[in-house]
Amino acid sequence: MRHPDFLWRNPSPKSAYDVVIVGGGGHGLATAYYLARNHGITNVAILEKGWLAGGNMARNTTIIRSNYLWDESAAIYEHSLKLWEGLSAELDYDLMFSQRGVLNLAHNLPDVREGRRRASANQQNGIDAEWLDADEVKKFCPILNTSPHVRYPVLGATLQRRAGIAKHDHVAWGYARAADALGVDLIQGCEVTGFEIDGGRVTAVRTSQGRIAAGTVALAAAGHTSVLADKAGIRLPLQSHPLQALVSELLDPVLDCVVMSGAVHVYVSQAHKGELVMGAGIDAYNSYGQRGSFNVIERQMGAALELFPIFSRVRVVRTWAGIVDVAPDASPIIGPTPVEGLYINAGWGTGGFKATPGSGWVYADTIANQRAHPLAEPFSLDRFTTGALIDEHGAAAVAH
Amino acid sequence: MTQRLPIGGRVDRTRTLRFTFDGVAMTGYQGDTLASALLANEVRIVGRSVDLGRPRGVFGIGSEEPNALVRVGDDPMLTATTVELYDGLAASGLAGKGRLDPGFADDARYDKAYLHCDVLVVGGGPAGLAAALAASESGARVILLDEQPELGGSLLGARERLDGRPAMDWVAAAEARLSGVQVFTRTTAVGYYDHNYVVAVERRTDHLADRPAHISRQRLWHFRAGRVILATGAHERSIAFPGNDRPGVMLASAARAYVNRYAVRPGTRAVVFTCADSAFAAGDDLRAAGVEIATIVDARRGETVTRTVAGPDGALAGVEIGGRIVECDLLAVCGGWNPTVHLFSQSQGRLRYDQNIHAFVPHLSAQAEQSVGACRGTYGTAACIEEGYAAGGSAGNFRIPVSDARHEQPPAALWTSGAQEEAFVDLQRDVTVADVARSIGAGMRSVEHVKRYTTAGTGADQGKTSGPGTVGVMSALLGADPGAVGTTTYRPPYVPISIALLAGRERGILSDPIRVTSMHASHVARGAVFEDVGQWKRPWYFPLDGESMDDAVLRECAAARTAVAAMDASTLGKIDIRGADVGVFLDRIYTNMYSTLAVGACRYGVMCTADGMVFDDGVTTRLAEERYLMTTTTGNAAAVLDWLEEWHQTEWPELDVSFVSVTDHWATVAVVGPRSRELVTSLGVPGDMPFMTYREVGLGGVAARVYRISFSGELAWELNVPWAYGRTLWETVLERGAVPYGTETMHVLRAEKGFPIVGQETDGTVTPQDLGMSWAVSKRKPDYVGKRSHARPDAMRADRKRLIGLFSAERLAEGAQLVTAAGMVGHVTSSYHSAALDRPFALALSRDAHGPMEAVWDTRRVPVEIVSSVFYDPENLVRDGSPSTWPVSHEGDWLLDRPVSALDAYRDRFAVAGADAVVRAREIPLAIMRETHGADPGEDAMRLGPEWWIGPAGDVDVSGQRTIVELTGPRARDVLITGCALDLDPRVFGVGAYVQTMLGRAQVILRRVDDDAYHVYVRSSFAGYLAEWLLDALAEWSHT
Ligand SMILES: Cc1cc2nc3c(=O)[nH]c(=O)nc-3n(C[C@H](O)[C@H](O)[C@H](O)COP(=O)(O)OP(=O)(O)OC[C@H]3O[C@@H](n4cnc5c(N)ncnc54)[C@H](O)[C@@H]3O)c2cc1C
Repeated sequence: MRHPDFLWRNPSPKSAYDVVIVGGGGHGLATAYYLARNHGITNVAILEKGWLAGGNMARNTTIIRSNYLWDESAAIYEHSLKLWEGLSAELDYDLMFSQRGVLNLAHNLPDVREGRRRASANQQNGIDAEWLDADEVKKFCPILNTSPHVRYPVLGATLQRRAGIAKHDHVAWGYARAADALGVDLIQGCEVTGFEIDGGRVTAVRTSQGRIAAGTVALAAAGHTSVLADKAGIRLPLQSHPLQALVSELLDPVLDCVVMSGAVHVYVSQAHKGELVMGAGIDAYNSYGQRGSFNVIERQMGAALELFPIFSRVRVVRTWAGIVDVAPDASPIIGPTPVEGLYINAGWGTGGFKATPGSGWVYADTIANQRAHPLAEPFSLDRFTTGALIDEHGAAAVAH
Repeated sequence: MTQRLPIGGRVDRTRTLRFTFDGVAMTGYQGDTLASALLANEVRIVGRSVDLGRPRGVFGIGSEEPNALVRVGDDPMLTATTVELYDGLAASGLAGKGRLDPGFADDARYDKAYLHCDVLVVGGGPAGLAAALAASESGARVILLDEQPELGGSLLGARERLDGRPAMDWVAAAEARLSGVQVFTRTTAVGYYDHNYVVAVERRTDHLADRPAHISRQRLWHFRAGRVILATGAHERSIAFPGNDRPGVMLASAARAYVNRYAVRPGTRAVVFTCADSAFAAGDDLRAAGVEIATIVDARRGETVTRTVAGPDGALAGVEIGGRIVECDLLAVCGGWNPTVHLFSQSQGRLRYDQNIHAFVPHLSAQAEQSVGACRGTYGTAACIEEGYAAGGSAGNFRIPVSDARHEQPPAALWTSGAQEEAFVDLQRDVTVADVARSIGAGMRSVEHVKRYTTAGTGADQGKTSGPGTVGVMSALLGADPGAVGTTTYRPPYVPISIALLAGRERGILSDPIRVTSMHASHVARGAVFEDVGQWKRPWYFPLDGESMDDAVLRECAAARTAVAAMDASTLGKIDIRGADVGVFLDRIYTNMYSTLAVGACRYGVMCTADGMVFDDGVTTRLAEERYLMTTTTGNAAAVLDWLEEWHQTEWPELDVSFVSVTDHWATVAVVGPRSRELVTSLGVPGDMPFMTYREVGLGGVAARVYRISFSGELAWELNVPWAYGRTLWETVLERGAVPYGTETMHVLRAEKGFPIVGQETDGTVTPQDLGMSWAVSKRKPDYVGKRSHARPDAMRADRKRLIGLFSAERLAEGAQLVTAAGMVGHVTSSYHSAALDRPFALALSRDAHGPMEAVWDTRRVPVEIVSSVFYDPENLVRDGSPSTWPVSHEGDWLLDRPVSALDAYRDRFAVAGADAVVRAREIPLAIMRETHGADPGEDAMRLGPEWWIGPAGDVDVSGQRTIVELTGPRARDVLITGCALDLDPRVFGVGAYVQTMLGRAQVILRRVDDDAYHVYVRSSFAGYLAEWLLDALAEWSHT
């Protein structure tokens, strides 16, 4: 596909903005776009320390689905999926959004229970979901090894047909172009190093390109959120972990759906160009270095081969890692903070790409109206005090 | 073979090899690559490009090749330049993509190995060879890797002379002097990670026509080095001009190597286009080989090639120079050289742009690493050798040879020439200068953005020839210094590696350890159907001939409720906890009280995570004043032990408490049912043991532990004997009338009693109170893990989901949602058909709800009725059985006299595996082992950690916990290094040394008992896995 001839200006930062968004990943870009498009707030800057959307947005494996267990999650992810369904047209950019179906495999009896439970809950929440037995799984994905004789046989799977993949860069650039066109300043190479807080209210950010005054500051810094929030005196219940992924050489079409397996920790899809895209669970230790441990990849490939014996001689050409911010309940944190004018959108962990439109939408609304959007309310920071957690570990065991 | 020179090169003309390309039969020589053989056979077009479908031929000489993509045998995509020719090879050209065969099953072996060294040298060219030589003189442990089948690096393709003799003579002499250096050829370092951890792939049999099935085809080496010397050379780069992709356009150094190394003329009439001196040598060598040199175009003199013209087949027919067309079928291009900094960058080293050589070179090392020779931008063989010696550490002992190569003038920077369209910067991904220009016009300034916008550098060649060119083109278009543009991040692997190689042995039954109990063979013989519970194989049910699962479970349940039945309960986690403060510790870990438990009594307990949610449960017994035995769920055994250690070590180090896992030591048979007392007393168990008590009893002459606990509500006993006696005890219990049952029946029985299962009734969001177990949450204790969270508003909400019972007309699906007019209120957690009740029933978690309720799943909606979650014997009337039938104990009238080892089944297979002369495995008979926390118990105990010992003397008997395998023979270490990441070099791991480590995926204690003899202590439940793993590893040596 041919990208547009023009994407964005490269402006110098102004001395003040109504809203400063910290972090130019998918969520920051979508937030800026919806601030401008839905709320008419255009005196907005995105400050990105590196190159635009070069963090997790550039590194994720692009799985999009909304089949989360709890009502609160289902609502926000489904809101997002509905936005995806019209997004290429709205942004006038081919996002290569492909609703090819996502299988979540069950390999043991608890997996089966969990899968059926989720499918049933999804259906009640108006989200398409099916439970497939092993034979139906084989029909849907013939190259999958569903023999009962493998180490962990496939006992069934949930299938969300509306789920799928998109091309991450296109999404980022689509939002960036649209936000830029509406007047948002995309400032790259601009790291936020601190906050000016006056009487409990944030007034400016300090950056590698100088001080920038802001009416509102909105964090969208993914894996580095806890570091940033700490500079504003806020301690967050987030842990940052490396999460790795890899791609193979180009292949003729061989896999036309997305296959995920929490039990054996691997998931696979074939991207539009033909490379297999695979990922694993997080690296266990905390880190901010965007690279992971080799043994995680080795283990993951063993698991992939059990599922797809025909991949044996496919070669891996590139491995990498991003830093994901994980909350104790594997759900995001969206909303106000103890510092007035400072908002947070974080904790999307291993699964926030799919949420990009929905997250941007509710975050923009939250910022514009200075209160949590109804879909964001359950994801407030104070749930860790009240105990009203939204535990999506089941849905997020391999969480993309 | 018309382009083959009659003499010269490093091919063996006495060994003609037949091969096919695209179905056409051809021949080549031993020593050829597929690429050189194709060129010799005048194959110019190897494949098509991926997007534009343009014809493409051989462009490079090695792993940098972007064009010549081929399928070889079952390998979907390789580069012709890296495939060594063998007799019978069948290859076909590709159009940029591989194709997979749906039915393909790979029967080749792949494995891994681990080695440590003082100095790891990557690259066996002049610099690397010199470095290895110098390093070896100092007595260091040195490993030298090279991707080629022989050492020499760039000298393999040169005609250079050192000290007046062919340069390869110097290589041969240096190689002969390498003493104590482990040399790996056909081995490519692919990843450089933290702590000088370098991963490399060795192609062990790919070059052979007959590949021995017992030797791994490829091996993934994991090297840990004190110091790494990178001598990875440089890649020549191309220049972007229209038509620079046509077959016949080739890197000058590649053209040179084809004539010198393979004695193949890559063309008959050549133009050389360069901005660096190295191409003149290429011109000389081509001319010497009889290639007509039409002209040499040196950009430094103001001339350039501005485009190529194609012949009818699309291959090169001529080039345009200053407006005139010069006919040629070979264009040797040199746009300068890029030091191969991939591994350096992976190691987190920082690059800088060198304005003299117009390339990125290593700047700041991040690890104990040094780059030498061409990979740090040093030109000239003698200079590279000098650097190598210096890096190796004993430069003074060596003389630098004198080279006849001409002195080189600095190169110019030339990134593009001519028009932008069809001027390729990335041949594999069909990216042109025009594409790069568009990306910049779109607003992109970062090289990472340009890479993504254009796809330049994303191919399987990892952009080896295109990456820096893209940067150069960008810098030209932006008018910026390439150093300011920077490079994209270099990512592992340096060359593509197969998924099978990454998996190594971890395929099929070795893909994840299978854990089994000591009774497993009995279960198999009895036709049990197994369930995977974590890594364990547990009997799910025991069907009789032709019986369905439902029928089997009903029969098993009925036996437990009306007669006597038995289950293998060995998989439950068991942790022996000792110390003066155990009571205090357990009071904090469990929600209920343990310090007050009487010695000899058992208590069911629940533990929560810090957020107050149920984490695990089980029965814990006070064995003695300062000693408890905790049981955990099967799946959580390891997690609970970690949990205990974490709280002890990080929060309460002042408490005197220590933990020993005894899960594998004890084999456990649960004997259940109204007639169980008769059975167990016939074995010697005192029939009058009260409920929730424990006794040490002699069973068949073996010291056993008996717990009178029940997970079914029936009269029940858990008999524990050491691993070796488990199978015999099990068989004896069944012989005496117990019906074997599996996990499904266990689940039904406990559900009838309303007992929750962690992970089934709980999902990380459920408190003990939600389960109706407030009785198990102490109100009196000052604190326990989770207490604060139990007081949080959300935990106190009135409308929390609680455990309930359900009746319905038909069996519900587990996971079905419960729906009322108000919407979803909960879900079904467990659902069975009850033999005792003769009807379906279920457990569920649900909010209080009003009005009719339905369970919904798939397209089903089934009305349900809420009932008590205790379905069977709510008053606990049956758990003590009937007192009138208490027979007396028959202790002594039977014997547990057949200890069975965990490796019993492997004795014969071990006997035939391996080869006596080189390596052999066998099981060591059972030994007394005791684990101690505290002072050294003496008697040659092994120290496993701080104040942690295992040996023949000590506190906790763990003799059954581990099984010992002995590995002997001169190749024993070669077997061990394929699965153990530690340094087993005899200089480090001497006789008598031992260590806790992993072998394959099993945790082991490895002890070197003699020069060539090792003992491997493995958890008994992992012994079968380890045996299978060893047999696989021994295969390489059992071949005679
Ligand atoms: C390997 C991998 C695979 C994944 N797969 C999936 C998947 O299949 N499906 C899915 O839904 N999700 C997936 N995810 C998760 C998803 O990528 C993230 O949840 C999501 O991208 C996070 O939001 P973002 O795009 O805004 O983050 P990012 O793109 O990381 O954006 C945060 C930005 O903040 C910038 N920043 C940080 N600190 C500062 C500062 N001080 N000043 C200025 N800027 C700063 C960073 O440079 C970065 O660009 C995956 C993640 C990884 C790493």
